[in-house]
Amino acid sequence: MASMRKVERHEARTAYVFITPTVLLFTVFTVIPVVMALYLSFTNYDVLSQNDWVGLDNYRRLMEDSLLWKTFKNVFFYSIIFVPLNIVISLLLSMLLSRAWRGVKLFRTFYYLPTLTSAVAAATVWIWLLHPEFGLVNGLLSYVGITGPAWLSETSTAMLSIVMLTLWQSVGSNMIIYLAGLQGVPDYLYESARLDGANKWASFRYITWPQLRPTTFLVSTMAIIGALQLFDQAFVLTQGGPANVTKTPVYLIYQQGFNQLQMGYASAQAFVLAVAILIFSLINMRVSKAEESII
Amino acid sequence: MGVTGGSALKQGLYKLIFYIVCILIAVVMFLPFYWSLLTSLKPDDEIFAMPIQWFPKHLTFEHYRKAFSTVPFALFFWNSLVLAVSGVLANLFFGSLSGYAFAKLRFRLNKPVFRVLLAAMMIPGIVTMIPTVYVMRHIPFAGGNDLFGGGGNGLMNSFWGIILPGASGSFAVFFMRQFFLTLPSDMLEMARIEGCGEFKIFWRIYLPLTRPALATLSIFTFQAGWNSFLWPMIVLNDPDKATIQMGLQAFSYNFQTDYGPMMAGALVAILPILVLFLALQRYFVQGIAFSGIKG
Repeated sequence: MASMRKVERHEARTAYVFITPTVLLFTVFTVIPVVMALYLSFTNYDVLSQNDWVGLDNYRRLMEDSLLWKTFKNVFFYSIIFVPLNIVISLLLSMLLSRAWRGVKLFRTFYYLPTLTSAVAAATVWIWLLHPEFGLVNGLLSYVGITGPAWLSETSTAMLSIVMLTLWQSVGSNMIIYLAGLQGVPDYLYESARLDGANKWASFRYITWPQLRPTTFLVSTMAIIGALQLFDQAFVLTQGGPANVTKTPVYLIYQQGFNQLQMGYASAQAFVLAVAILIFSLINMRVSKAEESII
Repeated sequence: MGVTGGSALKQGLYKLIFYIVCILIAVVMFLPFYWSLLTSLKPDDEIFAMPIQWFPKHLTFEHYRKAFSTVPFALFFWNSLVLAVSGVLANLFFGSLSGYAFAKLRFRLNKPVFRVLLAAMMIPGIVTMIPTVYVMRHIPFAGGNDLFGGGGNGLMNSFWGIILPGASGSFAVFFMRQFFLTLPSDMLEMARIEGCGEFKIFWRIYLPLTRPALATLSIFTFQAGWNSFLWPMIVLNDPDKATIQMGLQAFSYNFQTDYGPMMAGALVAILPILVLFLALQRYFVQGIAFSGIKG
């Protein structure tokens, strides 16, 4: 009995040694910063001078910050188009490629390729694709007699350009997650549905879609969290323009904090964004009625 | 006979439509790559030729030469490589060390610490960004700092400022833990009876069995490190320390009209990931399915 306890103590000691580097790094670079972020949001920290406690001043100020709310509006507009399209397209692609026919693996690889590119490289390529006169997109449109817009410099199309780019870049990886989800749907469900005379649409509506609910929850949560933090593509593709229509909250926080060094105020903005992300994730959880959490 | 002939025809038609649709989508996904490759190899006068020239009449590597000579692109490439590889090695080691502890060793704080690590994955990066800069700047004894973290720049403008915060990511720990859980525990008991040291059990017996997981994790972390943009841009301000993504962005911004070298640069920035992906493709797709489903 005593030796049993000794083994357990030995095991626990080993475990603590093993997790020490991770816990240490986690404490310094995650726990402390999270606590500090809250503190800084109540100060006027600007790197250079001593920071003073300003109470709720930062939060009061951001209520009247029209540019901040504009960036929120921009990113909501982006999310409302991007997230549903992302889910629909990646689900369709996965259903298309879920059969074991010749060449399917090759197609999967092709659809996955854009996911590998960095946001910066992809945006660089798309700057050229969307060139109003010599770009590929307008070149293809001209084949069918359409004169394409100046995608990146018109307020009505700038955000849509970012939607196109990010969809191109992200449907591949979600397709793979959906493919894994589809593999988990038991075949007998489809067989019994067929015996009951269900058509393709009915078996999708009553079997595939409900069975994929946890997968859809995972995909949509990640898409929402990512979409609300849009930065790289907007930074490279449009520099937030034209007329700020593609400026996002992360972009604004970056400028406020690191260009204008108003880090206290930027921290308050970051908190508002974090709360928005939390709220939308919770709404999504309610909508997809996910019984099981992802973890 | 007539009925089966009809259904065979129908089946053939169905397959034909399937392949046409798949190929069309593959073309759309691949076209941006082809277009930028084409641009990077065409002489300037052909780049701006209308209508689109789908095949270059003259091949030139001039744009690649220009991309590497007008900006120190090779140096940026090397910097990114150092950062990404360090990130991979650190995550493989620390991630599997703590993942092993959480999966195979009993200790009182196992569940609570692991839950906190996982919960932290939900915190948006923007929240910790500003205070992490503060922490970086005030790390004791680093970058000319004294014991109380004053006087110098700390880890700012140093590669450590990028490597350390991500050295043992929650995802790496979580991913490796899930994999260690699938391995049997009796090898552990046996080795202990034989008098084998704890680290040796981990290093010699269990770690070699996780090779597929390590391969997947290294692709994920390499991709994340190679493609990261915002954080290196904040930490590094010495032009000699810039990463390829920063270089590419500055490059496309400063050489707005020089599309040939711009596309050459973008392709060079994508290439390492592409090579890695094609080499380890099997693990990659498995890994995404694994982390998506078990996640």
